[in-house]
Amino acid sequence: MAEQAHTHEAHAHAAPTGFIRKYIFSLDHKIIGLQYYFLAVVAVIVGMFLSLLMRWHLVWPTAKIGWLETLFPAGAAGGVMTPELYLSLMTMHGTIMVFFVLTTAPQSGFGNYVLPIQIGAADMAFPVLNMLSFWITFLSFVVMIAAFFVTGGAPLSGWTAYPPLSALTETGPGQQSGQTLWILSLALFSAASLLGALNFITTTLDLRTKGLSLMRMPLTCWTWFITAILGLLAFAVLLAGGVLLIMDRVAGTSFFVPGGLVVSDKVINHSGGSPLLWQHLFWFFGHPEVYIAILPGMGVVSQVLSTFSRKPIFGYRAMVFAIIAIGALGFGVWGHHMFISGMSPYSAMAFSVLTMSIGVPSAIKTFNWIGTLWGGKIRFTSAMMFAIGFVSLFVTGGLSGIFLGQPPVDLFFHDTYFVVAHFHMIMGVASIFGMFAGTYYWFPKMFGRMMNEGLGKLHFWITFVGVYAIFTPMHYLGLFGHPRRYSEITGVNYLAKSGAGEIHLFMTIAALITVGAQLLFFFNLFWSLFKGKKAPVNPWESTTLEWTVPSPPPHDNFGGYEPVVNHGPYEYSVPGAPKDYVMQSDPAGVAATGH
Amino acid sequence: MATLVAPPKPPVTGHGGGYGDGRGGGRDGGALAIRRYKTGTWLGLGAVVMLFAAFTSAYVVRQGMSSDWRAIRLPSILWLNTAVIVVSSLTFERARRDRQSALLWLGATSILGVVFLAGQYVAWQQLRAAGVFLASNPSSSFFYLLTGAHGVHIVGGILALLYVLGKAWTVGGWVNRQAAVEATALYWHFMDGLWVYLFFLLKVGGRQ
Repeated sequence: MAEQAHTHEAHAHAAPTGFIRKYIFSLDHKIIGLQYYFLAVVAVIVGMFLSLLMRWHLVWPTAKIGWLETLFPAGAAGGVMTPELYLSLMTMHGTIMVFFVLTTAPQSGFGNYVLPIQIGAADMAFPVLNMLSFWITFLSFVVMIAAFFVTGGAPLSGWTAYPPLSALTETGPGQQSGQTLWILSLALFSAASLLGALNFITTTLDLRTKGLSLMRMPLTCWTWFITAILGLLAFAVLLAGGVLLIMDRVAGTSFFVPGGLVVSDKVINHSGGSPLLWQHLFWFFGHPEVYIAILPGMGVVSQVLSTFSRKPIFGYRAMVFAIIAIGALGFGVWGHHMFISGMSPYSAMAFSVLTMSIGVPSAIKTFNWIGTLWGGKIRFTSAMMFAIGFVSLFVTGGLSGIFLGQPPVDLFFHDTYFVVAHFHMIMGVASIFGMFAGTYYWFPKMFGRMMNEGLGKLHFWITFVGVYAIFTPMHYLGLFGHPRRYSEITGVNYLAKSGAGEIHLFMTIAALITVGAQLLFFFNLFWSLFKGKKAPVNPWESTTLEWTVPSPPPHDNFGGYEPVVNHGPYEYSVPGAPKDYVMQSDPAGVAATGH
Repeated sequence: MATLVAPPKPPVTGHGGGYGDGRGGGRDGGALAIRRYKTGTWLGLGAVVMLFAAFTSAYVVRQGMSSDWRAIRLPSILWLNTAVIVVSSLTFERARRDRQSALLWLGATSILGVVFLAGQYVAWQQLRAAGVFLASNPSSSFFYLLTGAHGVHIVGGILALLYVLGKAWTVGGWVNRQAAVEATALYWHFMDGLWVYLFFLLKVGGRQ
C-alpha cells in the first residue's frame, strides 16, 4: 500500500480544475505540448519579422523607416538601419528560429503531445520535469528577447557566437549585456532541453504499452526518441561551451580569447586562449542540432505519406536504421563547418568522408518515401502536400550539401549565400514543412476541429513556390561569390555586374508574398480553433493509437484503460482486412500482421 | 461524434504515470517506478558525462596548445575531501542495506556531503590566500571551474538526500526499495566517482 501511495503521489495526477493548474502550470503532456507549440508560433512570428527587415534593408539600404527608430533607437537613428543593427537582426533571427522554432515545435511541441498517446501511456514519465522544461524554455525566450532592449541592443556575433567577437564586450554595441543575455538564454535553453530529452527517452523506453515493441513504434516515435538522445548528448556540450564563454566575458579568464588583441584602440588583457576551441565545442553541438531540427519532421512525413498513400511505409526497418544511422553519424561530422579554419587536410578529408556517408541513410529515406507513394491511392490533403513538399525540399537542400561537404569546394562557398541557401532549404524550410504537415495532420486530434482544407492547399502552393523563389537565387549569388552577413553591397562592383541587386529585389518580393501566405495559415489555425468542423475520432483513417481516443483526448488519454497493441504501425490496404486500414489496437485476428 | 473506441478488456493497473510496462508484462507500480527513476537518473548522468567530457577536452586542448600554462599547487585538504566523499558513498550503501538504522546512515551521508562541500570551499580559500585566483592562469581557471561545476552537482545531491531523509523521518521503514532512494544513491555514487576522476585530472593532468 505504501508503494502504491508513493507511486500515485509521484506521477499520477488527477485532472486539474482550476485555470492556472489546467492551462498555465499544467502537468498534462498535451497542454505542455500545446504550450511549446504556441511558444514556437510566437517565436516564428518574431523571427519572420526580423528576416523581412533584413530583406528590406538589402534592397533599400538607405530607406528611412520611421517606426524602426522607435523600435531600435540606437541602431536606426533617423530610421536608417546601421550595419550593426543588421547584424544583430541576423543573429537574433538565426537564434530564435533555430532554438525557439525548429527545436521547440517539432520535438517538444508535437513530441510532447503525441508521443505518450502513440505509445499508449497516460502521460510522460516525469510530468513535473516536463512542466519545468517548458517554463525554463519560456524563461529562456524572455531572456533572449530582453537582449533587444538592454544598452547596446542584441548581439552581433551570429547564432554561432564565435569568439573573440562574442567573448569581448568592446567589440560592438550588442556585445555588452546583449551578448551576455544571449549566452544566459542558451544556457537555460540547454538545461530545459536536457530535462526534456531525459523525459522523452525514459517515456519511450519504460512506458510503452503491452504489445508495443520497439519495432512496432510509429516512425514519429522513433524520430522523437533518437532526437532526444541527440539532444541529451549535444546540449550538455553547448552548456559547457556557454559556461566557458561567459567566464571569458565576466570573470576575465582566457579560454577562447587569444593574446595580443587590440580592439577599438584598446589592448585586450587576455592571453593564450583558442577561438578554435569554441568552434569545436559549438559545432559538436551544432551539427547534431541540425538533425534535432529535421529528424522529427522526417517522422511526421513518414507517418503522413503512409497514411495518405493508403500503403504501409516502404521499408520500415530500413527507415528505423536510417534514423539511427543519421543520428549516430551526426556526431562525427562537426568539422565540416570548420574546413576554412586551417585544419589539417587529413582531418578535413575524414570529416568530408563521414559527411558524404550521411548521404546513404538520407537517400534510403528519400527512396523509401518515394516507394511509399509509388502505386498508392494518394489522398491529396494539406498534410500530404506539405509532406511531399518536405521530400522535395530535403532533396534540394541535400544536393547542395554534397557541394559543401567537400573541402576544396567549400573553400570557395564558405561564407557565401550558397551556404545560406543550403541550410535554409534543408534545415529551415524542410523542417517548417514538417511542422505544417504535422499541424494539418494532428490539428483535429489536438483541438477536436478540422482545419480548412481549401485554405490549407492555397497556403501550400504559395509557400512551396515562394520558398523556392526566395532560396534558389541564393545559390547563384553564392556562385558569384556574394558574401553572407553583408548589410549592403553598394560599391561592390563584381556583384553589381552580376545582377545581385535585381536578384535581391526578386527574393525580397518573393519573401513578402510568402510571408503573406503564412497569414493565411495563422488565420486558418485560429479560425478553425473556434469555427472549424467538428472532428471525429479518426478523420484520416489512420492506424496509430492517438486515433483511438476522443478528439481532443481526455486528461489521462485512455480513460484509465490500458490499450493493447497487436499490429505494426502502418497496416494499410492489408489483403483480406475488412477496411483498408488495421488499427494498431485492433484484435490480432483482423488480418495477417505486417512487418 | 467523438466517442471512445476503447480496447476490449482493459487491465487497470495500479500505478498512475503510464499504462505501459515497457516490455509487456504486468509489473506492479513500485517496480515500474524504480525502473523509471533509474532510467531517468542514468540518462541525466549521461548528460553530466557529456558536460564534463566537454570540459575535459577543453582542458586538454587549452593546456596542450598554450605556452602560458602554469601548474598550480593543489591544497592538500583535497585528499581529505576525497576521503570524505568516498566514505559518504559507503554510508549511503549502509543506509540502503540496513533498514533498522537507515535514518542514521542517511543522516551521516548528508552530513558528509556538507563536510565535503565545506572542505572544497576551504581549498578555494587557501588558493585565494596564496594569490591564485580564477583568472590568474588557465590552470587555476580550470581548477575553479571544475570544482565549482562539481560542487553545484553535489548541492543537487544533498537536496535529494534531504528529501529522502525527510521521507524516511516521516514514513517508518520507507527506505527499502524506494525509487527516490535508488535514484539518489545512483546519483551520489556517480558524483563520488566523478570527483575522484576530476581530482586525478587536476593532479596528474595539471602538471606541465
